[in-house]
Amino acid sequence: MSSVEIRNLRKSFGTLEVLRGIDLTVDAGQVVCVIGPSGSGKSTLLRCVNLLEQPTSGQVFVDGVELTDPDVDIDAARRRLGMVFQQFNLFPHLTVLRNVTIAQQRVLGRGRAEAERIAREDLERVGLADKAGAYPGQLSGGQQQRVAIARALAMNPSLMLFDEPTSALDPELVGDVLTVMRKLAEDGMTMLVVTHEMAFAREVADRVVFMDQGVIVEEGPPGQVIGSPRQERTQTFLRRVLNPTHVD
Amino acid sequence: MNGEPSTALPRTGGLSPRRRRQISRLVQYVLLVAIVVVVALLADWAAIQRSFLNLDVAREGLPELFTVALRNTVIYTACGYAVGFVLGLGLALMRLSPVGPYRWIATVYIEVFRGLPALVIFLMIGSLPLAFPDLVFPFGVYGMATAGLGLVSAAYMAESFRAGVQAVPKGQMEAARSLGMPHMRAMTSIILPQAIRIVIPPLTNELVLLLKDSSLVLFFGVTSGQVELAKFGNDQASTFANPTPIVATGLVYLLLTIPLGYLARRLEARKGGHRP
Ligand SMILES: Nc1ncnc2c1ncn2[C@@H]1O[C@H](COP(=O)(O)OP(=O)(O)OP(=O)(O)O)[C@@H](O)[C@H]1O
Ligand SMILES: [Mg+2]
Repeated sequence: MSSVEIRNLRKSFGTLEVLRGIDLTVDAGQVVCVIGPSGSGKSTLLRCVNLLEQPTSGQVFVDGVELTDPDVDIDAARRRLGMVFQQFNLFPHLTVLRNVTIAQQRVLGRGRAEAERIAREDLERVGLADKAGAYPGQLSGGQQQRVAIARALAMNPSLMLFDEPTSALDPELVGDVLTVMRKLAEDGMTMLVVTHEMAFAREVADRVVFMDQGVIVEEGPPGQVIGSPRQERTQTFLRRVLNPTHVD
Repeated sequence: MNGEPSTALPRTGGLSPRRRRQISRLVQYVLLVAIVVVVALLADWAAIQRSFLNLDVAREGLPELFTVALRNTVIYTACGYAVGFVLGLGLALMRLSPVGPYRWIATVYIEVFRGLPALVIFLMIGSLPLAFPDLVFPFGVYGMATAGLGLVSAAYMAESFRAGVQAVPKGQMEAARSLGMPHMRAMTSIILPQAIRIVIPPLTNELVLLLKDSSLVLFFGVTSGQVELAKFGNDQASTFANPTPIVATGLVYLLLTIPLGYLARRLEARKGGHRP
């Protein structure tokens, strides 16, 4: 059963065509990693999937519901999707616990006690049960990102979208976040992950998608796309990423 | 100090730049002291005291200066501020709305009411009963004052709120929307609580301005029970043919405005401090 299906998705900003016909499916329980150079449209793709950007044309289905249908209740549809941003985007004026409960209460209508119980479970899951009373500003970047993951999980999404979740972190904090994501994958969460962490993609992804200039250039199992890419553009990109000091 | 060429240049002969500055400053001090002394000698202190600091006249105004005039000033200001706050917030949300007509209405309102002197707005409100003899303002002068002060301050507060909302990073709205919150819900639950913290200093300044504008209520022709500080001072001054009550009134205003202004600056300074 496919959890997400993207059909011929196009997105233009004015005359700039950023996505030029993307077809992609993520089956339930799968992890798909999207890699590609800066400006290739990876963030735009994720943002179109949860309609933070309105696609110019094409369709997005989640659990068989077409999100791009003009009649669909977009707020209801978004509840199926959890989004984790590069810049965390925690609510700085609320405690960690409140960050995780507010949407449960205001959107799902859960009572306070239930919302807090679920929040504590999810904070436990990301290893931050002891930070419930802290404010985001008092946490490290890695801890903030894990709170953001817990906040998304608390809404019981059927799909999690990650947009370079570790790119804004100091190198020594990347590991904790990736550990949480690895665990999520093992638990069977469906995930669409934009990342530059090749080791993570290789180890965790079921499939890797290489994007360049708004199209999918190559996709397949990680061993193939990262290990022995067929396309010239993929090879060039990976050479630069895996060996940054190399000059070709 | 002034008109001195670049002090970094080495001087050939004469005084060093530093010495010249010292002399210049000394001359300024001497001049200042001389002016103060001359004014002090020329002034008729007895007359000044009799006219402006006449304790006997000042005592005549007590306790009404506080129990009536100050009380009414605070009531007019507080009611006007409350209306301005709510109306201003609504206007700011309209101004930021994706719906064109809302934006236009809010823009026109804000431009008009910021462009008019508060006095003109008060004169208009005061003249409404002339145009519509059947029109009765609820709560009489209190209602008119609340309307006048509210209409004026709403335009300024709307702009403050708008700036506050726009100062909240875009990612906050996106995070709230991606959790399934509708636009309005995200605005009220996530964006406005952050925006209000940002606009507390300018809104405190607005309170100071409104407190001073509340003196315009005197144009509504108030009764002795509805009188606020400025009119009270003016009336007393004519009764006793002595300006001391106006000085007393001024002091009461300063008693309110200086601490509020200080508070606004403190809040402003703190804002840069520990917010992420
Ligand atoms: N709101 C927007 N308005 C105009 N242009 C945009 C907008 N958002 C993105 N773009 C442009 O679309 C292109 C793709 O951007 P996108 O952020 O999707 O790339 P990316 O693959 O995520 O890159 P990175 O690895 O740097 O995050 C870029 O050229 C960018 O300038
Ligand atoms: Mg990006």
